Amino acid sequence: MRHVISLLIENESGALSRVSGLFSARGYNIESLTVAPTEDASMSRMTIVTSGSDEIIEQITKQLNKLVEVVKVVDISEAAHIERELMLIKVRATGKDREEVKRTADIFRARIIDVTDASYVVELTGNQAKLDAFVGAIDPALILETVRSGVCGVGRGDRVLKL
Amino acid sequence: MVLTGAEIVIRCLQEEKVEYVFGYPGGAVLYLYDALFQQEEVRHVLVRHEQAAVHAADGYARSTQKVGVALVTSGPGATNAVTGIATAYCDSIPLVIISGQVPTAAIGQDAFQEVDTVGITRPCVKHNFLVRDVRDIASTIKKAFYLAKTGRPGPVLVDIPKDITIAKCDFEYPKEISMRSYNPVVRGHQGQIKKAVQLLLEAKRPMIYTGGGVVLADAAEQLTRLTRLLGYPVTNTLMGLGGYPASDRQFLGMPGMHGTYEANMSMHYCDVLLAVGARFDDRVIGNPAHFAEEPRKIIHVDIDPSSISKRVKVDVPIVGDVKEVLDEMIRQLEAGAARPNADHLATWWKQIEEWRGRNCMAYKNSDEIIKPQFVVQKLWEVTGGNAIVTSDVGQHQMWAAQYYHFEQPRRWLNSGGLGTMGVGLPYAMGAQLAHPDTHVACITGEASIQMNIQELSTCKQFRLPIKICNLNNRYLGMVRQWQQIFHGARYSESYMDSLPDFAKLAASYGHVGIRVDRPCDVEDALREAFVKHKNELVFLDFQVDQTENVYPMVQGGKGLTEMILSAEDL
Ligand SMILES: Cc1cc2nc3c(=O)[nH]c(=O)nc-3n(C[C@H](O)[C@H](O)[C@H](O)COP(=O)(O)OP(=O)(O)OC[C@H]3O[C@@H](n4cnc5c(N)ncnc54)[C@H](O)[C@@H]3O)c2cc1C
Ligand SMILES: Cc1ncc(C[n+]2csc(CCOP(=O)(O)OP(=O)(O)O)c2C)c(N)n1
Ligand SMILES: [Mg+2]
Repeated sequence: MRHVISLLIENESGALSRVSGLFSARGYNIESLTVAPTEDASMSRMTIVTSGSDEIIEQITKQLNKLVEVVKVVDISEAAHIERELMLIKVRATGKDREEVKRTADIFRARIIDVTDASYVVELTGNQAKLDAFVGAIDPALILETVRSGVCGVGRGDRVLKL
Repeated sequence: MVLTGAEIVIRCLQEEKVEYVFGYPGGAVLYLYDALFQQEEVRHVLVRHEQAAVHAADGYARSTQKVGVALVTSGPGATNAVTGIATAYCDSIPLVIISGQVPTAAIGQDAFQEVDTVGITRPCVKHNFLVRDVRDIASTIKKAFYLAKTGRPGPVLVDIPKDITIAKCDFEYPKEISMRSYNPVVRGHQGQIKKAVQLLLEAKRPMIYTGGGVVLADAAEQLTRLTRLLGYPVTNTLMGLGGYPASDRQFLGMPGMHGTYEANMSMHYCDVLLAVGARFDDRVIGNPAHFAEEPRKIIHVDIDPSSISKRVKVDVPIVGDVKEVLDEMIRQLEAGAARPNADHLATWWKQIEEWRGRNCMAYKNSDEIIKPQFVVQKLWEVTGGNAIVTSDVGQHQMWAAQYYHFEQPRRWLNSGGLGTMGVGLPYAMGAQLAHPDTHVACITGEASIQMNIQELSTCKQFRLPIKICNLNNRYLGMVRQWQQIFHGARYSESYMDSLPDFAKLAASYGHVGIRVDRPCDVEDALREAFVKHKNELVFLDFQVDQTENVYPMVQGGKGLTEMILSAEDL
């Protein structure tokens, strides 16, 4: 089962490697991991997308909690939550493809943020499935490069991850 | 008061009431050694290899309830320390390791004797720090001691660049420390404890399974009280030996791979299992699927939530300190009127006594050749069961655990989790320094002892009257045993050729060496060591039966009830 784990961690050098080292040492999956400081600069927030049986997810949250620098851990996928990911995708845009890519971008509510006479950079935000669908909708031969931020997540409504 | 970083480090150690630092100097820690030199409170023990420094600090910690401290230089000093750190980590032993690092400006430049010590040790420490500012030294060391000894204990490393030890700042040792990200739960959940007590009282076939957590929490007294109050059978893991007095009738011996028949059968067939500070290691429960086949309710008390329901599904988890939780269980039991059902208990004990009647620890003694079990038995007799016993890793370790009966905690020091050959002598050094008036015996093998034999020199310098009992079988005996049983007796590289004459070797370091060849000389040799040479280190080189195997045995992957009791079962 896929899970989205959010955590607050002291913004110390090496903190990220403690988390990534934990996953590799114990053989847990990481589908994506994002991290950046929060409004409180002494803390970073991390979103980890992982998968495993209930027992493995239980161990993952326990092991994360055990890291001395981790302040709080929540499996936000246990309840209603929102996930977003940012993608920048550079595509070849010449001839009739120019119009086609633009049309597809509009359908997905994506934005073209860089234009040359041969290419576009398209910016798209959404959940993973939406980004996957956009990539699927573009002729693979046109794709020059894609870069995705990994998933950020937040619980809906009253569910707040805060110190 | 303005001090240098080096002076601050030593002042911090004084504030923490550190008696001994085990270490080895080098370029990156020269200023620290200079500061050590100029004071007397903290004494330094110069080992002959950094691995032994950490093991000795670890032995000191295991035999007391204090934090062990080691000091090593950058690069090779730090890498030599890694085995010691990992060994302590696997058995949850509180240590603070201070390592020198190249100057801040040189970090990342592939400088002389630079390694990423924090990176290398990250997976085998509870936590580690790189100090980047002299003003952070005091609070970092305070945190290091606090982290090492609270919650689930473990080693904490503090890496200090050389320039930081030279820089100066005002010194003040923090009195209190709190970390918003670190708050171990100590008091168990009342409701869960109540549920546990209820379940215990309803049990028909109860069993108490305890481990290193009881020793680490200094809760042997609580365990003994609770166990006697209930009248239930109890077992101690290899790490938990001494947590309950071995001579007591309710004690079933050690469980697991080389545990007793009665302990393993009771673990398997109980209907309620109270696990206390023990982590269901694979050497204890064998195949988890086989263990899970028999239905039973499990109560698990552990300070580390990640130990609970990791290998075995638990019905009543209780996160908390063993001492606090057991105290509360005793309180609830004593406050209530309910007592265990005497009939059920009598029937269960009858079954257990039947299992115990198999006498699984019996071995065939000999007049011709020294049996290793016999040496341990005699050591127990000669020392009145009161020695601190350290061991290395191998067959001799298992015989020590099986035949030396521990009545008290912190008397049995060995590497269970990592199984590190070479710990025996340095553990004995740490223990002897901490307990100058107690007999300290190191039960070892001819292979293990050679992994840190250089420490005989340290023992001479510090006049440590350790008694080394070498169960010399000329084999990597534990390896040979597995090769005999699982690899068609193809003894690949398990014979120890070209051994030194250990008695002479010890003598060349200035110690007493005694070689013992005949069973009839075993007791006399031990008495000579412990009485005549009371104040000297004695190396007893017992030439033991080369073919002896450790029984009982649960083979890897098998279940607890599928034991081999003796060679006849093979
Ligand atoms: C050659 C060899 C053979 C072995 N054979 C056996 C064998 O036959 N039988 C056997 O038992 N072992 C055997 N071992 C040892 C085995 O590998 C494990 O090290 C051992 O079983 C673990 O012991 P434990 O479960 O008591 O846990 P420990 O490693 O001692 O862990 C302690 C547990 O207690 C918890 N804890 C710590 N402090 C507290 C506190 N204050 N309050 C609450 N909880 C706390 C910790 O979180 C941890 O979960 C063998 C080892 C070797 C090298
Ligand atoms: C550092 C290290 N290397 C290898 C091993 C694997 N090993 C476990 S027991 C053993 C043999 C130990 O021989 P010895 O010390 O003579 O003890 P014996 O089993 O003969 O009593 C070996 C090689 C280990 N545990 N530790
Ligand atoms: Mg041997």
